[in-house]
Amino acid sequence: MSISLDEVRHVARLARLDLDESELMAFQGELNQLLGHFGDIQGVDVSGVAPKPHAVALQNVWAEDEPRFGLTREQALRNAANSRAGLFIVPTIIEE
Amino acid sequence: MLTQLTAAETAAKLRSREVGAVEVAQAHLDRIARLDPEFKAFLTVHPERTLAEAEAAQKRIDAGEAGPLTGVPIAIKDNVSTEGVPTTCASNVLKGYVPPYDATVVSRLREAGLVSLGKTNLDEFAMGTSGENSAFQVTKNPWGRDLVPGGSSSGSAAAVAGELAPLSLGSDTGGSIRMPAALCGIVGYKPTYGRVSRYGLVAFGSSLDQIGPFGRTVEDAALLAEAVSGYDPLDSTSLDVPPVSTEALKDGNVRGLRIALPRQFMGEAIQSGVREALEAALDVLRREGAEVSEIDLPSVAVGVTTYYIIAPAEASSNLARFDGIRYGGQVEGDGHIGVVASTRGGLFGHEVKLRIMVGTYALSAGYYDAYYNRAQQVRAVMAAEFETAFQEFDLVVSPASPIVAFPVGGLSQDPLALKLLDLCTIPANMGGFPSLSIPCGYADDLPVGMLLNGPVGQDERLLQAAYAIERALPWGYRRPPMP
Repeated sequence: MSISLDEVRHVARLARLDLDESELMAFQGELNQLLGHFGDIQGVDVSGVAPKPHAVALQNVWAEDEPRFGLTREQALRNAANSRAGLFIVPTIIEE
Repeated sequence: MLTQLTAAETAAKLRSREVGAVEVAQAHLDRIARLDPEFKAFLTVHPERTLAEAEAAQKRIDAGEAGPLTGVPIAIKDNVSTEGVPTTCASNVLKGYVPPYDATVVSRLREAGLVSLGKTNLDEFAMGTSGENSAFQVTKNPWGRDLVPGGSSSGSAAAVAGELAPLSLGSDTGGSIRMPAALCGIVGYKPTYGRVSRYGLVAFGSSLDQIGPFGRTVEDAALLAEAVSGYDPLDSTSLDVPPVSTEALKDGNVRGLRIALPRQFMGEAIQSGVREALEAALDVLRREGAEVSEIDLPSVAVGVTTYYIIAPAEASSNLARFDGIRYGGQVEGDGHIGVVASTRGGLFGHEVKLRIMVGTYALSAGYYDAYYNRAQQVRAVMAAEFETAFQEFDLVVSPASPIVAFPVGGLSQDPLALKLLDLCTIPANMGGFPSLSIPCGYADDLPVGMLLNGPVGQDERLLQAAYAIERALPWGYRRPPMP
């Protein structure tokens, strides 16, 4: 099993990673090296085994529904690349 | 010298007024100023803040309100949020980021009166085995300036081994505390998943991540775990059980201890010097009355593969938050998605991007069942094999690292070989059980770590066994050959 350069490009787009051609080719090689081993786990007998998504499973963790203080607007905005009038400034999303 | 004392010794001298907290803090700050330009263990030091915290600690000591570690200095891995102090994860994506809140462990350190020295280097976003993936600097191992300290908690381990700090906190997703502890010749402990709050730890693999302590002795690591552990409503995976207790650290006897040694962890992948050191240590324990039996844990042979599906999958989701909009750096691009993709493509390092790519691929349509779901099933099998072993044995032991500290750049041309070094440490993250590395001998004059694994939730028993083993081994703690 191997991954083509177009597939690498597709995965990079899904992951929102802008990569140049030389990086894409480097990742193709490294991904193929790793994916070559992914088949190893097919050899383990997992019939009837439920997947284990957590290290130590808990159930129904609820928090009391009561108000408490969070970050102030100023604190939340302090690390933003761009803010104005108490708002995050984002690049244009809706076209004219 | 004050910097050579263990945390427990320092705390005792502080309580008896033999030394002052400011004096202790200043001794460490002076040593950091002198040696860290070479070690490069710290990303941030803040002497004024440190001295102010030391003064506050001294007031508590003077008022008779000192806890077990009040006034003792500590270093904190730079993926743990500290209000008002930069927290970068050693990544250009978070360069200049100053958290508006403290992680729960940091609040608890403050409540316990520990004195923060600063933030330590790591592999970017805790992704690495050697410590070489930091975007800013490569930390040196105090055992040899051309050697890697191990990763990802490279700076936290080197700081404690190099006596820049008696204690530090790291984080462990696949071995990131225990691997550098082994390579630097100190104690590194990953508690049971959920016993230490992850609130404020920058997430990597949320089902695997756990914060834990480094110290030069088991007692020091246990005391720090006691200070930061315990239920936290801010972390919904936090276990509602009491903090890790150090009460059990009284009995230093290994007699009757039932130890399992999995054959899969003593094979070809393990350097002969490491194997010999571990076997010599186990011989000592046998003579002291412990029972050592070889067992089989077949699924650990695919542990690294399983990990490199699950951890990147979780990372690809967790790291989606770094979009350059709300915090961190931003790179120009075309429109919203362009800005996000340029920022991520331009500011994440190579290894981080690789893992995001692997995870995105493993979770994408058509591959989810074959890879991610299957890996979670193998994870269940692996955890069950250990649970079965723990019904019969107190401990499952192995080398912590298959090899001793190696030269900087020595394995960077072979990324897969680096990843395979996590062979022995990964199962504890998969199963959530507590796991600890202690120095157990030396190969080529470099430290070898013994990994001790215990059943989920039984951290106190694990620490007690580690404490007894530490006492039984005749080699004692050896200081690295440094200035």
